[in-house]
Amino acid sequence: MGHETEPTLFEMSAPSRSAYQLRTTGLPDTALGDLVPTAHLNDDVVPVAEVSERDLVAHFTRLSHRQFSVDLGMYPLGSCTMKYNPKFCDAIAGDPGLNGVHPGAPASLSQGWLEIMVTLEEKLCAITGMSAATLQPAAGAAGELTGLLLMRAYHESNGEVRRRVIIPDSAHGTNPASVTLGGYVVTTVPSNERGLVDLDALKAALGPDVAGIMLTNPNTVGLFEEEISEIAAAVHDVGGLLYYDGANLNAILGAVRPGDMGFDIVHMNLHKTFATPHGGGGPGAGPVAVASRLVDFLPGPRAARGDGGFEWVTPSRSIGRVHGWHGNSLVLARALAYIDVHGGDGLTRVAQHAVLNANWLRHRLREILPAAYDRVCMHECTLSATGLKAKYGVRALDVAKALLEEGFHSPTVYFPLIVDEALMFEPTETESVQTLEALAQALERIAQRALDDPDSLHRAPQSTPVSRVDEARAARQLIATADSAR
Amino acid sequence: MADYLPHTKDDVEAMLAFLGMDTLDDLFAHIPAAIRLTSGLNLAEGLSEPDVAAVFAGYSAANKAKSTTMTCFAGGGAYDHEVPAVVKALANRSEFVTAYTPYQPEVAQGVLQALFEYQTLVSRLSGLAIPNASLYDAATALVEALNMAHGATGRSKMVISSGIHPHWRQVARTFAAGTGHEIVEVPLLDGVTDWSSVDVSNAAAVVAGYPNYLGVLEDLTTAKALAVEHEALFIVGADPVAAGVLKTAGQWGADVFVGEGQAFGTALSFGGPYLGLFACTEAQVRRLPGRIVGETVDSSGRRAFVTTLRAREQDIRREKATSNVCTNQTLMAVTAAIQLGWLGTYGLREVATRCAQGAHYLYEHLMRLDGVEAVSTQPFFREFALRLSKPASEVIELMAERGVLAGLSVAELSAGADSSVGIDIERVLLVTVTERRTKAEIDHYVKSLQGALQG
Repeated sequence: MGHETEPTLFEMSAPSRSAYQLRTTGLPDTALGDLVPTAHLNDDVVPVAEVSERDLVAHFTRLSHRQFSVDLGMYPLGSCTMKYNPKFCDAIAGDPGLNGVHPGAPASLSQGWLEIMVTLEEKLCAITGMSAATLQPAAGAAGELTGLLLMRAYHESNGEVRRRVIIPDSAHGTNPASVTLGGYVVTTVPSNERGLVDLDALKAALGPDVAGIMLTNPNTVGLFEEEISEIAAAVHDVGGLLYYDGANLNAILGAVRPGDMGFDIVHMNLHKTFATPHGGGGPGAGPVAVASRLVDFLPGPRAARGDGGFEWVTPSRSIGRVHGWHGNSLVLARALAYIDVHGGDGLTRVAQHAVLNANWLRHRLREILPAAYDRVCMHECTLSATGLKAKYGVRALDVAKALLEEGFHSPTVYFPLIVDEALMFEPTETESVQTLEALAQALERIAQRALDDPDSLHRAPQSTPVSRVDEARAARQLIATADSAR
Repeated sequence: MADYLPHTKDDVEAMLAFLGMDTLDDLFAHIPAAIRLTSGLNLAEGLSEPDVAAVFAGYSAANKAKSTTMTCFAGGGAYDHEVPAVVKALANRSEFVTAYTPYQPEVAQGVLQALFEYQTLVSRLSGLAIPNASLYDAATALVEALNMAHGATGRSKMVISSGIHPHWRQVARTFAAGTGHEIVEVPLLDGVTDWSSVDVSNAAAVVAGYPNYLGVLEDLTTAKALAVEHEALFIVGADPVAAGVLKTAGQWGADVFVGEGQAFGTALSFGGPYLGLFACTEAQVRRLPGRIVGETVDSSGRRAFVTTLRAREQDIRREKATSNVCTNQTLMAVTAAIQLGWLGTYGLREVATRCAQGAHYLYEHLMRLDGVEAVSTQPFFREFALRLSKPASEVIELMAERGVLAGLSVAELSAGADSSVGIDIERVLLVTVTERRTKAEIDHYVKSLQGALQG
């Protein structure tokens, strides 16, 4: 990877350099001062950058060389599902017949898009066992909050005010953050010694003021909540709703559906399960599917089949818009293309191979990184560096950093919170057994270094473009722009 | 059927044997039988990539309003700007596209530095010191700004000009059901916010658009004074392209800037993925939503970038986080940095100027037509609203037959509920001109509209 520090665009700028070229319009070049009142014009020139096209290209190309990516190698990040992003899906998104359409174009002029949305919605419902879905939420967390607002609208329609939402102690941080924004208070229930929701504790926490429960299944440790039907019954018995955090959907495609488990609201992360690219942190998409009793509350407008075509409809008791337009449309199109390529059988094999890979890795690594729960896992395995820490003072963080100089990205570390020195590996189904074996050998080398030279692990990585960074300094004196005081 | 799975039958057998298992089903044996799917998913069989491409070609063909075949005069926060080959090539580099969130900075300096450059540009265009690394879109960025105002003041009343895009206001209302915020919308009079008509006492935020969604340039001094008087945050939703030449949000005294960054390098995309721009004053930094990248050094003293002030975020603060945002729109932010790098200081000014020139040229010619009236007498920048002698949606259909996407029906945008454009909202058309529109295209628009209104 590129080891030279790269100057910023601003450091590369020189007065009068430029790259832009615009159409010849033939319009008169009227001065702005003749078009708008000068009181609105900025007396100063806002500096952007002044670089040539050649330098622009070199700059961002060199930056790209200082960046790990799925195309380059494996990201075994638990709960992130960093599978291969098919280039074919990118090509779909690159079609001007899709990406050149204004979102405000009338339905009659955008029938292709409406059909994409209706089709995707139907297929996502088939996959999850739900009745209808909104495609508007732009990410998983957005889906969570949308789901909580649906819960609220549902209970209000029954004349009920509910105050609490239950989440397990292993929940992803977006869950409690979303609960707060949904106007609810979090009640946390503990996990039992099997790493699963403690059913007795859950029943004790339930009451008529519980709006619902948010669960991931398999859970954030990578284990299937075997008592899910009992959990669903208990929550439904007090009139609560079940919310499914779809982060781990990749494990169960074609094997079991959230709707059949008893979930009322399901969000999916298209940038995980459905292979849309992560883009360095986004865009994603977080469609939310619901059981039939919640369909009328869905965000609108939504695409629907109409007379001889497709149209926008707003559900009768819609909670309203949750996005400025229709959601992350191009991400939706990519996901539909991915589903179409796989079909039902293909998606079933995706889950089977994802679970196979995670279990193979868990078993292969058992001597150096024991699993937190010693039994069959699903698509991810949570291992622990507790032993390495106790014997050699080498922590999960050190293992994660050392892996970076072995050509792999780190696994998820220190999550979920219920496992000490957690290292959560999700290989995904698109990695070959050779890659998994290479990862295992890299970890074995790290384990050996823990014995021979633990200090080198505390200093790792050394061969990457930068070594460990001073995070305290970054927070202590925030330098968020090139213009910040230094 | 195609798939992207590397394992051969032999691989699978060997791996199962390693686990002491016989079939792939054994891996799922612990799932209760009662809920287990036995007959597979109710989905059609998979197709090969070329077969799926043919299906999508059908969808593409059914989109008549694509910018390659229909000249786009529709705006409303989504604009048909020039995106050159060089920006597309750089933004589509797979190192950016297939990268994960930069939580391990040692192998993520590419994305982190690109975001730092993006943040710098957002700060400069907004005139505010503290940018973030992006939110989903402008509408949801506004919601985050309202939440910030609540955090800063402890109050829940949000006073929002009806000059803010109707969709953003609709989204604000949706999320207010969870936060309990009260959304008070201020009507427009002659296309300008009528601040005298509203009680701003106990407000957490005063929100104005610049230009507003009807394209009108409002003097924000009144709004700012009201915010100061009532100790509310002043939030400005500003057009970032116009920020190349107009006063910045910071110059108007904004505490928070929100905007739509689609204009910088992202195609119309049927509404997404777009780019929520967000910046605030230093005073609000602890309440900043989403990620922020900061500059630091590594253990060898080399400059390095890292996500910082992480204690605000959901994975650490959980139910007390400043926001629930995790995945944002990083790739669009990186794209915006590349596009702005291509435009440069003077290119951005040139684009903004040409948008204004084109819009005013079109406006003048349309004002000469029968059946066309201005909705506002106030100055506008690059967009304007017209009241026509026929319903806007009908005119849009008629002009589409002439290869022109004439604009947006304001009645559709506001779901008919916006009284502040005055009477006969169904006849109001919102029109924009970008730097891509030629004199010939604009002249054709005028003739087409004339034809559409006759008969």
